[in-house]
Amino acid sequence: MTRCLSKSLGAALLLACPLLATPLSAQAATLDIGIYGEPASLDAARVTGAVYDNDVLGDLFEGLVTLAPDGDYQPGVAKSWSVSDDGLTWTFTLRDDARWSDGESVTAEDFVLAFQRALDPAIASVYANLLYPIKNASAINRGDAEVASLGARAVNDHQLEVSLDQPTAYLPTLMAHIIAAPVPAHLVRQYGNDWTQLSHIATNGAFMPSRWVSHDHIEAVKNPQFHDAASVTLDGVNYYLVEDLNTGLSRFRSGDLDVMRDFDASRYQWLKENLSSSVHLHNQLSTYYYALNNRDGHPTSDVRVREALNLALRRDIITQKVLQGAANPTSSLVPAGTAHYDVQTMPGMEAPIDARLKKAKTLLKDAGYGPDHPLHLRLRFNSRDDHRRIAVAAAAMWKPLGIDIEMVNAEANVHYAEIARGDFDIARASWVADFDDASNFLGILASGNVKNYGGYHSTEFDHLLTQASAQPDQNKRQQLLEQAEHHALGDYAMAPIYADAARNLVNPDMTGWEDNAINRHLSRWISLDQ
Amino acid sequence: MLSYIAKRLAMAIPTLLIVITASFFLMRVAPGGPFDGERQLPPEIEANLMAAYHLDEPLPMQYLRYMGNLVQGDFGPSFKYKDFSVTDLIAQGFPVSLELGGLAIVLALLLGIPMGVMAALRRNSTVDYLLMGTALGGIAVPNFVIAPLMALFFGVILGWLPVGGWNGGALPNLVLPVVALAIQQIAYIARMMRASMIEVLGSHFIRTARAKGLNERQVIWRHALRPAMLPVLSYLGPAIAGIITGSVVIEQIFGLPGIGRYFVQGALNRDYTLVMGTVVFYGILIVLMNLIVDLLYSLFDPQIRYDD
Repeated sequence: MTRCLSKSLGAALLLACPLLATPLSAQAATLDIGIYGEPASLDAARVTGAVYDNDVLGDLFEGLVTLAPDGDYQPGVAKSWSVSDDGLTWTFTLRDDARWSDGESVTAEDFVLAFQRALDPAIASVYANLLYPIKNASAINRGDAEVASLGARAVNDHQLEVSLDQPTAYLPTLMAHIIAAPVPAHLVRQYGNDWTQLSHIATNGAFMPSRWVSHDHIEAVKNPQFHDAASVTLDGVNYYLVEDLNTGLSRFRSGDLDVMRDFDASRYQWLKENLSSSVHLHNQLSTYYYALNNRDGHPTSDVRVREALNLALRRDIITQKVLQGAANPTSSLVPAGTAHYDVQTMPGMEAPIDARLKKAKTLLKDAGYGPDHPLHLRLRFNSRDDHRRIAVAAAAMWKPLGIDIEMVNAEANVHYAEIARGDFDIARASWVADFDDASNFLGILASGNVKNYGGYHSTEFDHLLTQASAQPDQNKRQQLLEQAEHHALGDYAMAPIYADAARNLVNPDMTGWEDNAINRHLSRWISLDQ
Repeated sequence: MLSYIAKRLAMAIPTLLIVITASFFLMRVAPGGPFDGERQLPPEIEANLMAAYHLDEPLPMQYLRYMGNLVQGDFGPSFKYKDFSVTDLIAQGFPVSLELGGLAIVLALLLGIPMGVMAALRRNSTVDYLLMGTALGGIAVPNFVIAPLMALFFGVILGWLPVGGWNGGALPNLVLPVVALAIQQIAYIARMMRASMIEVLGSHFIRTARAKGLNERQVIWRHALRPAMLPVLSYLGPAIAGIITGSVVIEQIFGLPGIGRYFVQGALNRDYTLVMGTVVFYGILIVLMNLIVDLLYSLFDPQIRYDD
C-alpha cells in the first residue's frame, strides 16, 4: 500500500514538476493579442462589429479607407476619392497594386459585391444599416428592392461609384468600418458563403488567417501580397480568446501576451502602481448613460423629475470612487474627441452640488413628490459587478431627494429585451461609436429608433437631425448636430454618466501602438523589439 | 449481457426524447432572445435574422424541423459562431475536454483511492485526520478560488508553468488545469473510499479471510479493495460524464477551448442550437457512462450478474 501511495504521489509530483515548464516566449516577431470575445465569422457581413471583430478582421481586410496608428482615417485600397457637387455621388479610385493573398487583383467589383452581400436579407447582416446611406440600401435590406439596384457600381476595375440617397459627409469614415471591407468576388462565386473556410479564404489586409481553433486562438501570418508588405515588420499575429480579465492580466504579466485588450477597471490603481509602463487608459468614443423613460405613465416622463435626477447625480464620485478614476464624468451624449464636433453640456451641471440638490428638491416638490408622496422608481441594469456598484451609488445619491429606487438586474439578453419594451423608469445602457461622427450618438435619441430606449420624442430634435443629414456643408452640419444635442440635453432626455475609456495592457517593448479615440489598432503598424 | 445492453439503450431513447423536448421548449420560453443585446437591431434586420434561422416559423414547426435534422445527425448552425456548425464546435471542443477531464479523473483515482484506503487503515490516527482534513479542504475551497491562485503562484510568481492557453494540449499547459480540476474529485473519492473501506473491513467475509490466516496485504488487496470500490464506481459514472464534458470555470480561467463553456455561453447568448447540441451530447454521454458503470459492477461484485 505504501509503495502504491508513493507511486501515485510520484506521478502527481511528476505532473507538477517545474522541469516540464518550457519558455513561454512568443515566436520571433509574432504579436500575441488577448481578445475578450471571438469573431462570429471571418466574413465581415456576418460579424457584430465588436472590438475583437475589428481587431481580427481589421488585420485581415483593408477597406477603401483605413486607419493610421493614431486612429486618423487614411486611404486604404482607394488611393483617392472625389464627391459630386450635390454630395450624392462619390467616386473612389482604387490603387493598382491592391491584391488578394491568392494573387488576384482587388477590384471595384469586390466592393460592389461586398456591399450587396451585406445588404442581402438572406445574409442577415446585423450591421447592414451602416450602409443605409447608399442608394436603395434600406429597401434592399427590407426585401423591397433587388440587390442589383444598390447604388454601388464598378465603373471599371479600379473605379467605384457610390450613389447616395442624401449627402453623407462622413462616408469615408464609414468606408473604414469592417462592414465595408471587400470580399474576393472570385471566391464568393466559387464557394458561396463557405469562402471564409481556411482552405478557401483570401484576404487583402496585412495578414491572412492560417489557423482557427474555436474558443482558443486564431493565427494569422503576414500576407506577402499586401501592397505595403515591405513596411510590415511582424511575421504573424495570434489572437487568443481570454474571456476572464483576471486571466488576461496574469497571462500578460507572465509574458504570454503582448497586448491584452481590456482590464478590470477596479484594478486601475493597482496597475498604475505596478505595471505603469504597460497600462494604457485613453478616452474613447463611448458614453455610459441611464436611459430615462419619457413615455406617459412613468414619473420620468415629467421633465422636472428627469432634471432632478440629473442634478443629483454626482458623476465625479462615480468615476473617482466607484471606477477608480478609469473613466471621465460627462453630462453629454456625444463624447469629447468626436470629429467635427464641440462638446455640449447639460444645463445646470456646472453649479455646486449643494445648489444642484436644492434645485432638485424644489423640482420634485413642484412635480408633486415629497414625504407624503414619495417618488418610487425602478432602475434596471444588466448583471455585472460594476453596473451594480454604479446603480447602488446612484440610488444613494437620489435618496436624499426622497427617491426610493427599486433595483432590478438581469442577464444582458433579458435586460435589453425588457428595456426595449420600455419596462423601466431608469435603465443602464451605453453606446460605443461605430464610426467617428456625432450622428452615430445622436441617432439613439431619434424618434422611432430601436435604440431610443427611453422613447424620447422631440419634433425639434428630429427636425435638426434630418436637416443635418441632408446638409453637405461640414460646418453647417456640425452646427445643426450641436443644436440637436443641446436641445435634447435641455430636455434632460437621458442621464449621461461617464465617457468610457479604452483600457489596454501593452508590452512596453512594442512600438507602433498609439492610443486612439476609436480604440482600433491595426497590427500592421506594430513592431516588436527583439 | 447483450440483451441487457440493448434493453438499456432502448430505454434511453424515451429519456433522451423527454430531455430534448423539455430543453427545446424551456429555451424558447426563457425571456430574452438570441438577437437581444446592447445594440438593438432595426426591425428589418431582426426579421432577416429570424427568417435566416427559421425562428419566424410557428414553434411546433421549429421543433419538428429540429428533430428532423437531429435524426440525421445535424445539430444545426450556431447562432453566435457563424463559421462553425454546432457539430463542428462539439467535435473541436470535446477532445480537449475529454483529455483534460480524463487526466483529472486518472489523477483523482491515483491519489484519492490510496488516500482513502490509507485513512481507513489508520482510522482515527494523525494520518487519518491529516488526509481527511486535506480532503475536506479540497471540497470546501471552490476551484474558482484555487485555480487563479495556482495560476498566480506557479505561472506569474514562479514562472514555472503557463498561466493559460491550450497550446495544442502541450503537457505544461495541462498541469494547472488538470490539477485544479482534480482537487475536488480527489477529495470526494478519498472520503468515499475511506467510508466504504471501513465498512468493508468490518464485514463477515473479511473476518473469515483473516481467520483463514491470510496476511493483511492479501486481505486488503484481494478481498477488501474491490467491494470497497463500488460506491466510488457509482459516483464515477455521472462524475466522468460531467468532468469530460468540460468545466466552465476551469476552461474560462485557463482559456481552454473545451465544450464546458458552450453550456453557459450558449444559454447566456440564447444560442438555441448550441444549447440543444450540448444538452443532447451530454444526455447521451450520461446514459452511456451510467450503462458502463452498471456493467462494471459485475466485475467488482460477484453477486451482480447480467445473464441473458
